[in-house]
Order: sequence, then C-alpha cells, then structure tokens
Amino acid sequence: MSRLSERPEKPVVGLPVPHESAVLHVTGAALYTDDLIHRTKDVLHAYPVQVMKAHGRITALRTGPALAVPGVVRVLTGADVPGVNDAGMKHDEPLFPDEVMFHGHAVAWVLAETLEAARLGAAAVEVDVDEQPSLITLQEAIAAGSLHGARPVMLTGDVDAGFADSAHVFTGELQFSDQEHFYLETHAALAYVDEAEQVFVQSSTQHPSETQEIVAHVLGLHSHEVTVQCLRMGGGFGGKEMQPHGFAAVAALGARLTGRPVRVRLNRTQDLTMSGKRHGFHAEWRIGFDADGRIQALDATLTADGGWSLDLSEPVVARALCHVDNTYWIPNARITGRIARTNKVSNTAFRGFGGPQGMLVIEDIMGRCAPLLGLDPMELRERNFYRQGQATPYGQPVLQPERISAVWRQVKENAGIADRRREIDAFNAAHPNTKRALAITGLKFGISFNLTAFNQGGALVLIYKDGSVLINHGGTEMGQGLHTKMLQVAATTLGIPLHKVRLAPTRTDKVPNTSATAASAGTDLNGAAVKNACEQLRERLQQVAATRLGSNAADVRIVEGVARGLGSDEELAWDDLVRTAYLQRVQLSAAGFYRTEGLHWDAKTFRGSPFKYFAHGAAAAEVEVDGFTGAYRIRRVDIVHDVGDSLSPMIDIGQVEGGFVQGAGWLTLEDLRWDVGDGPSRGRLLTQAASTYKIPSFSEMPAEFNVTLLKNAGEEGAVYGSKAVGEPPLMLAFSVREALRQAAAAVGPGGAGVKLASPATPEAVYWAIQAARRGGVSRIGSTPDGSAAEGHARNGHAADGRIRADAAASNGA
Amino acid sequence: MVAARITVNGKETPISPAPPHTTALDFLRERGLTGTKEGCAEGECGACAVLVARPGVHKPTDWVAVNACLVPVAALDGQELVTAEGLAAPGEPGRPPTLHPVQEEMALRGGSQCGYCTPGFICSMAAEYYRPDRSAPPGPADDADSDAEHGPNGFDLHALSGNLCRCTGYRPIRDAAFAVGTPTAEDRLAQRREQSPPAPVVTEYTQDDRAFLRKSTLAETLQLLRERPDAMVVAGSTDWGVEVNIRSRRADCVVAVDRLPELRELRVESDHIGIGAALTLTEIERRLDGGVPLLAELFPQFASRLVRNGATLGGNLGTGSPIGDSPPVLLALEASVVLADADGEREVPLADYFTGYRQSVRRPGELIRTVRIPLPLSPVTAFHKIAKRRFDDISSVAVAFALDIEDGIVRKARIGLGGVAATPIRALAAEAALETEPWTAETVEAAARVLQAEGTPMDDHRASAGYRSAMLGQSLLRLYARTTGAVSS
Repeated sequence: MSRLSERPEKPVVGLPVPHESAVLHVTGAALYTDDLIHRTKDVLHAYPVQVMKAHGRITALRTGPALAVPGVVRVLTGADVPGVNDAGMKHDEPLFPDEVMFHGHAVAWVLAETLEAARLGAAAVEVDVDEQPSLITLQEAIAAGSLHGARPVMLTGDVDAGFADSAHVFTGELQFSDQEHFYLETHAALAYVDEAEQVFVQSSTQHPSETQEIVAHVLGLHSHEVTVQCLRMGGGFGGKEMQPHGFAAVAALGARLTGRPVRVRLNRTQDLTMSGKRHGFHAEWRIGFDADGRIQALDATLTADGGWSLDLSEPVVARALCHVDNTYWIPNARITGRIARTNKVSNTAFRGFGGPQGMLVIEDIMGRCAPLLGLDPMELRERNFYRQGQATPYGQPVLQPERISAVWRQVKENAGIADRRREIDAFNAAHPNTKRALAITGLKFGISFNLTAFNQGGALVLIYKDGSVLINHGGTEMGQGLHTKMLQVAATTLGIPLHKVRLAPTRTDKVPNTSATAASAGTDLNGAAVKNACEQLRERLQQVAATRLGSNAADVRIVEGVARGLGSDEELAWDDLVRTAYLQRVQLSAAGFYRTEGLHWDAKTFRGSPFKYFAHGAAAAEVEVDGFTGAYRIRRVDIVHDVGDSLSPMIDIGQVEGGFVQGAGWLTLEDLRWDVGDGPSRGRLLTQAASTYKIPSFSEMPAEFNVTLLKNAGEEGAVYGSKAVGEPPLMLAFSVREALRQAAAAVGPGGAGVKLASPATPEAVYWAIQAARRGGVSRIGSTPDGSAAEGHARNGHAADGRIRADAAASNGA
Repeated sequence: MVAARITVNGKETPISPAPPHTTALDFLRERGLTGTKEGCAEGECGACAVLVARPGVHKPTDWVAVNACLVPVAALDGQELVTAEGLAAPGEPGRPPTLHPVQEEMALRGGSQCGYCTPGFICSMAAEYYRPDRSAPPGPADDADSDAEHGPNGFDLHALSGNLCRCTGYRPIRDAAFAVGTPTAEDRLAQRREQSPPAPVVTEYTQDDRAFLRKSTLAETLQLLRERPDAMVVAGSTDWGVEVNIRSRRADCVVAVDRLPELRELRVESDHIGIGAALTLTEIERRLDGGVPLLAELFPQFASRLVRNGATLGGNLGTGSPIGDSPPVLLALEASVVLADADGEREVPLADYFTGYRQSVRRPGELIRTVRIPLPLSPVTAFHKIAKRRFDDISSVAVAFALDIEDGIVRKARIGLGGVAATPIRALAAEAALETEPWTAETVEAAARVLQAEGTPMDDHRASAGYRSAMLGQSLLRLYARTTGAVSS
C-alpha cells in the first residue's frame, strides 16, 4: 500500500459525517458572497448594459442619460480599464467589448446607490449598433465553416482495415443539447479597496487564483495586490470555473474608481443570458462491428458549440474525445474534434467537462445499434468491455478493467435484473398504453486535468498553542463536501478528533497559484496537500512526544488526540503535546504541497496517459412511459459506484445521487431554446427563466433510489485510498435515456433502432413512440409526422426530423 | 392609521422606508435576515420560502409557506412571519442554536449540500410539519403514485413541489421529510396555531408617488377602484410579483383584496358552489376536500404548494392567461364569474368571459367576487396537463373533461382547453362529436380526431404545435382507456 493511500489506526476519514456547514445551512446562517453586502457600508450596486442583438459593431455608446438618473454614480466602459480589457485567458473575451457577439452581451456597467437606480441607469445608456449577420445554431456554424481553436484528431490502429473487417457497418448522426448550470446562487462578487489601493474581492468562484489573475490584469496590478476570497458557493458545477472572473473584475474596477465597495450580482435572467453553459454537440459517426457485435472501428467527428469565445472549449473537446470510448475497447478509431463559433454565450465547463458529451455519442450508438445487431443492449455493452492489456484510443492502458465488470455485475445483482425483466415483460404484455423498460449503462471516467500542470495542490495548516488546528487549502466549497473531507483528512493525519480542526475560507493570500476546484480533482489534490502539511507537523510533534514519552519518534502514534509510544502505557494528550512543542520553539505551521505523479500528455499528437486513474460505476434504471403522451417516471434506480475507499460516505453518496439526477436532467428535461428566426430577437435565449428552463424537481426523483459504494476498492494513487466522485456519477444517467429508448421501442414491433432526441422530453419520447409504432425509425424522415419534427427543428433544436435517415445497415461493407 | 409594520421572528419591525414595490424577500435581506435567498425571483425555486401566519382551515391559524420574492412586504402589514433563522432556538452565547426538528433531520441526513436552497426547504418542510391534519392517512391505497408521495408520517411531498435543489437529487431531503415527528406541546409555533390569526389591517403605505393600499371591506375597495381605475389589484401577488421582478413593472397604486371577507366565502348551495375569488387554492383544496373531483385533480398539478398558498381563482381568471390551469377546468365545469363594481354585480358565464389574449369582459374598476360552479356535477371528469415537468411547470396544453354518460350514451360533454389559442376555449366541435353518441372506441376515436383539430396551437419553447394538437386527441383516448379499463392502442 502506498504511503498516500494508507490509513492509520482509527481514522476520521471513512466516517459518514454530515456536511461541515450543515447546521449553518439549515438555520440560514451560512454566508454567501451576496449576503455580505448587508454587512458592508456604502455599497454601490452594478448593473449591466446588455445589448439585445446577436451580433453587431458598437458605433456609439452614450452614458450621459444614465448619469442623469438619480442615484447613478458612474458608468464603467472600456475607457476606464487601466490594464488589459480582457476577462479570459486567451485574449478573446473583452470585458467591455466594442463588438456585440451574442444577444445580451454586456457592453458597459452602471454603478448606483441602489439596485433600482442602477437598473434604471442601465436602461438609459444609449448604444448604437451596426448589426452584422449572425450564426446561432451549430448547423449554421458548421455550414458556414465557422470554427475556432484547436481541431484535434485522436487516431489509433488502422481505421480502414477495421471497417474492412466489420460484418456490420452503421452510420448516424446525433445532435444533443447544451445545459444550463442553474446553480441556485447566481454569479456574485463584492470588491473593496484598502488604504493602499489594494483590492480585496469576495467572489463566488471555483478558481480564486484565476479570478485574482484576471482582476490583476484588468486593473494593471500585480497579483500580490489582489486578494480573492470565496466563502462558499451556492452551487458551481463548472459554471464558476471561468465565468466569475469578468464579474469580479467589474466589481474590482468599480471599487478602484470610486473608492467604495462595489457589488455585482446577476439576477437569474442575467445569469442565464450572460454566462456560458455545457456545450451542445453534433456528432457524425460510422461504426463497424464484427459478427459477434464487437466494435472493430469507429470514425467520428464531434463538433462542440463553443459560443462566441474559446473559454474552456479546447480542453472540453479534448476530454470529449478521451471519453468517446467509455467502457468499450475500440481497436481502430479516428475521432476528430471541432469547435464551432456561434453568436451565443461562450460555453464553458460543466460537471464532466466534455466527458458526458463524448460518452453520450458511444452510448447512443450502442442503444441504436443493438436491435440492428439482434442483440440485447445489455449484452452488446458487456461484449465490448475493456479487458486486461487493452489501452484507450489515446494510448493510456486501462489498468483496472475488472472494475468495469465488477460494478456492472454487482448492479445487476442489486437490482435483481433477471426477475425484474420478467416482471416488466409481463407488465408490458398486459398494458398496451403504458410501457416499462430497464437499462444498464456503465462508465469509465479519467481523473486528473488533461493539462498536466494543473495537477498540483497546496495547503497551509496552522496549529495554535491551545491545540486547535486551522487548515487552509486551495480548493473551494460549492456543496460537494470538499471542506468536510479536508477536515477529516487533517484530523486523520494529525490523529485528533474532528472538532479540533477548523477550516478557513479559501483565500489567495493563504495558498497561492491554486488550480480550479474542478475535474473532480479537488479532494485528490488538496487532500494530498493537506495531508502533506499535517504529516510535516505530525513528524515534528512525534519528536517532541518521543522525548517526553521516552520513545523513538518513529514509534510514537497519535490516535484520537493522545500520543503514545509503541508498547508503552504512558500517554501525552494532544493539547499538552502542542504546548510543549511551542515552549520548545517548534514550528507549528506548515505549507503542504502535492503534484500528481506519472502523468504525461501530448496535446498535439493526442496521445499519452493524462489520467491518474479511472472512476467507475454502473446504473440500472427502470422507467415507465405513458404511451398517450410520452410522459414518464423513473420508477427505480440502482447504482454501484467506485469511489475507492470513501473518505466520507454520506458526502460521496450525496454526490452520486445529485450527479445522477443532474445528468438525468440534461438528458431528459432541460431544454435550452434559442430564437433562431430572422426576426428582431434572433439569438435571444427563449428559456431564460426558471419558469421556462426546467431543472429536475421532486417529481423527477426516482421513486426508489439505491446507491451502493463499491467495497474493497482502495485506490493506491490517491489520498487515503479514495477516488474522485464529483463528475462521474452524472454519466450514470445514460441508463435513464436508454431505458426510455427501450420503453418507446416496446410499443412497436421491435427489431428497429429507436432514435431519441436529446433531451428526451415527454414530447421527444412521444415522437419516438410514434416512430416505433410505425415499426422503426429508418422511415422517419419521410413520414407524414415529419411536420412535427419540423416544428421542433424550427426552434433550432435537435430533433429526429433533423437527423438524417440513417442507421441503415450495410452488411459486410 | 398605524404605520405599516410586520412581525418577523417575533420582533415587530416598521416597513418604512422600503419603496412600495419592495418584496418581502428584499425587505428581509436588507434587515440582515440573509438566510432567505433569491434563486429565481419568480416563485419557481422556493429558495425564498418563509412562513406566514394565516387564517387556518382546521385550526384558528395555519403556518403557511409562501415565496417571499413574490409578496410585496407592504402586503404583510400587521402580519406575522417566520424565517429559517427564526425556527432555531438561539443557544447560549457562543453555543450553537437548538435546531428545529426539521432542521435537525435535514442537517443529519445530508439534506443540504451547497446549502443555498436549504432555508427555503426548511420553511416549506416546517409548514407541512405544522399542518394540523398531517397524520391523515395517505391517498387511496390502490393509488401507488399517491403513496410514493406520502411519508409514513403523513408528510405530503407536494409540500416541497415548489422548492428546487440542484445538488442533492432530493433523496436525503425526502428522507428528512418522512422522518419528522409531531410537534411537542411546548412548541411555540404549534401553540400559535391555537390563537386567532393576525387580523387584516387597513394599509395605506405610500412612498414618493407610489402606494400600496388595503381596505377592510369590499364596498370601500370598489369605491377605491372607481377612483383609481389604474390600480393593480393583487391577492397573492403570484403573478404581479413576477411582473415586478422579471419585467421591472412598477405600479403607482397596488390594491390588495386577499383578506376581504366578501371574497373569502365558500358556499355550497342547492344548485351551485360559490367560491370566493380571494380564497387561496390551498384553502379551496382543503375546504372542498375532494367535493369537486375535477378541481381535486387540478390542484396538485397547479404550480406548486408555495404558489397555491398565495394564488387565487380570481387571480388566475383575472390575468386571463391562455395557459392558466384553472380556466380549462372551470370551463368544463360550466362555471360563471360574479363581477362586482361600485354599482353592483353581474354574473358572466366563463365561456363568455375571455375576449382575447389576456383580455376579458371585466371592466376597469370591476373585481371578480365569486366563481360559481353549477350543481350537479358531471360524473366523469379528467384533467390532463401536458408539461415537461410533473411538479411546478406551466402547461403546454391542458385539457379538462366533464361528461355525463348514461346507459352508455354521452348525454353531455364539456371540454375546456388551455394552451391552444389566445384564450382558454371550449372544444365545441369535439363536444358535439361526443354528445348523443355511444361511449365506444369508435366514437372516441372519431371525436379525438375532431378534438385534435381544435384551436390553433403554436410552436414555442414548451412544445411544438404538432405535439400540442396530438395531445388533445390523446387526452380523450387516455380518458376512454381509463373509463373502460382496457382499450387497445
């Protein structure tokens, strides 16, 4: 067992403790960024001037009328920027643009004594725009050749030979939707200046170091003149990895220019219309199977809707390509990734970061092709699982392929698959208008940032004379329970009870140069850094204890706050030990650091081993579909998920359940619609409110929901044998989509691949049912009901009618 | 006239100097009670839920959860409000507070992750915790869905239908809800239920040139509306609050009618049921107690509990939205509305009430006083709401049926439709296709084709026109399948 993964006697990690802020949450006492304004004097409120055109050059910007509004103090424009007018890392995101790139682009910000005055001021600013042609849909951008950024190609084996060896070749196309993060807390920042004009920014950010960096470059300051703090976030999900920087910079700029605290808080409409989302994708594919249904070759092009600027689109596409295999060995593959540039918000990180998009492509292929191959979808999937000795298409060996089948086997067992499939068949035979189906999907998700440099973490641990411990680390808390786990790690490493340890809010002046809390890596990186700092301190304290206990330092154990020498009954309480160390002038603080070892990645050749390990899981979902309407319910979900040896089981189960439901939301319910017509509101987000963009509510929760963590699953390469958990469970929701597909198919005669639009809303399921009734989808493009699909397509949305008639088998191609 | 004031967590606070459009949410936050959160500002997410003391259905006072983002604080003049901060009993100095039972269950069971939605969940859950008839047995035993939505402690999950959580996936929240016990005898909020609710007060709250006004009688209110025909009339503010927050509308004069006794009567007469226009949907639901099955089927599908605790039939008809959920039901029930102004009253059949998109025959200065549902009721009824989400969504299409079927013959058919035209409409052609015909698959299939062609549905972000039309026909087929138990597709 590695030193990193080994657990000491009576560890605090592994205990199911509630979230460290649970009591503050339930009493309303927990503070979020915007709660601070009510404790701050003389705050100015900022309001964006949004231009409601999809594309155009600004020919005039008149702020005078705004300044005439009572209460307005100042209007911020590009002319006010002392440093670099850029809110991103690629110099393609001007903070104050002179070209409107999407409907709702903010071009100036009004500062006022009240939010109402700021709103009225923003409405009074006059902006003249020379409108330009715009590209709104992915199809428009692809047709126009509007691409930006890298165009990676992932190559393995000999694709042409693979197709030549295939008994069955299918082609197809899939377009699937974007997803709004819908963190309950919208973007917020509050900035102050101190007596030396240094800037302090409270920001709801997953990436305080980068927020600091952007604020500094916008203000023309050095990083040591800017401090960013994140108390906690009301949800992040990736939406606060890159997107908060500009809002923090606006607040900081306003504070610098006025000398007063400035608050930026987006209302829901602003947040929805100004901030980026999960990338929707278009995929074109050709796949070859041998006579037994084993994948021989895959040739695919994945195009992401990047929106107007690059933001994180390049790494998102890289991760999509790296996950197009999911749990399946693809010996020969040529996968091309592209980023379309559209006049929409700049799409960004979202839980899974391209991984779900890549995996959706292969899971959709499996679901559609299984009936064409005459195979049960479960069987088709199993036949293609990775085996020992096989590597991913980018060249990383899959070292634990047995985990893929272990979670799969266990979930089949937990879910009682065999019996329930019989029950479902009987139910379906007895119910002509209601159909049930059960589907299982698995997952393999790579853990670590693709970009190797990001795989580092830092911590600062302080022990005070009274024995109390304060930990700081570079990760941020967005509800995922990172801070709870860090407290458990510190208590475990130091050998003290949990209540002895407190955690300070994340601040850039405590731990510098941190990575985003993202890529599910928050615990791996920061946990190992906290552990490293605590080990340094523990070793120093063991020396002190050894002298007092007449033992050798190497033989001193600190367990539950008491130090003892091996084989001795003599005890030294933690508080006495710390006081003794202080009197002996032993340093009681330590900086911890961690870098993930063994990673390498060449973005140019698209090869390497970018991931420390893979997370695994499998889900079995049963749905019931109403044949009259396409409405459905999730009756039961069983999940077996591999989190290594869990650091905090209650937190991990919460992540698995929450990720699953969020994934089900993306795949079945959440439906971003944009105005793609040629009218005056072209490019407008039509679903820009909670009343029109629906995230899962209680009614979407599986009626029965069983989550099991895989046992005896210790991971050598991570802190205390745990595995990352933040993102992977989202992808377990493919099981719901596949179950819906099978339920729709159950209405028809069978044997045909059922196409299902994504998201599989009740309407999409209804059209799939109608197609299944007619005996398959290969005719859908030419059926009279094409009118309905057109209606859908007019909204610029993935719809069956838009997907070309495909999945036609060409045997022995 | 006493200056407008509100009791928050037991402490009386003046409302001034908040401008009259200020929501209870912003008021609380400005007073430092930042546990109440803004998630959407349109009554969809429930992060702002708070408890208010209202006239009770089974006890003198009910603790009712509402969206603080929708209610103008001036509407709570003289009222009592409790927030998540007020539910915990403060601890000794330096010690943690003593958690309320719902807070304890939520904290221990992992009911919070990011915690932002949590105070709102706590308030919704507390309202259900204090519901006096909560121990009532769950729905009919043969209805599996209804069982899944009730805990062994009688907790109705619909109490949380207006609260969104993006982190947990809801399972631990459900576990917490189903684990809460019964209030103890010492529980001060439980005790408060036994006392009279805060009385409505006369409010004249003005700032600059804007006013929020509440009179004590209908006559005074109608006189006021005659003088101020521009006034915005509100009951629960569940629609007006959205206008204020999302579309930044400001009214010079807002007049509250939700506590007028004349608008809060519910009477069952020999030939009709009269429902006061300002009774909340929750009050109607609980007081009718299933007496009008079609309404009973509607209520759980109407927005969320948080909205139903404020929304009224008068408001739903007053806004005249073509996608309101009550008009199709009331059309099928052949309801009429009693309109009142300073000169008197008139009764208008609902079928004649709507005149265009968000327009009706209601004149300036006129109020909806009562909604009348004629008796006897047709025995075969159904309400089908087609939406993306089952809880708390807006209809793509809504269809309500009320049929008299005697000896296998359809004697009368009334079908109300929402979402297929500029106003809610009756499906007259489909009604005619059913009436006098035998209730058979042939009749129903023919009528479904007629029904499918009713109205002029549109494509929008909720649904395509094709799906909307299809759902009209499908809803009749589904009703038939339900009444016969077996119909092949």
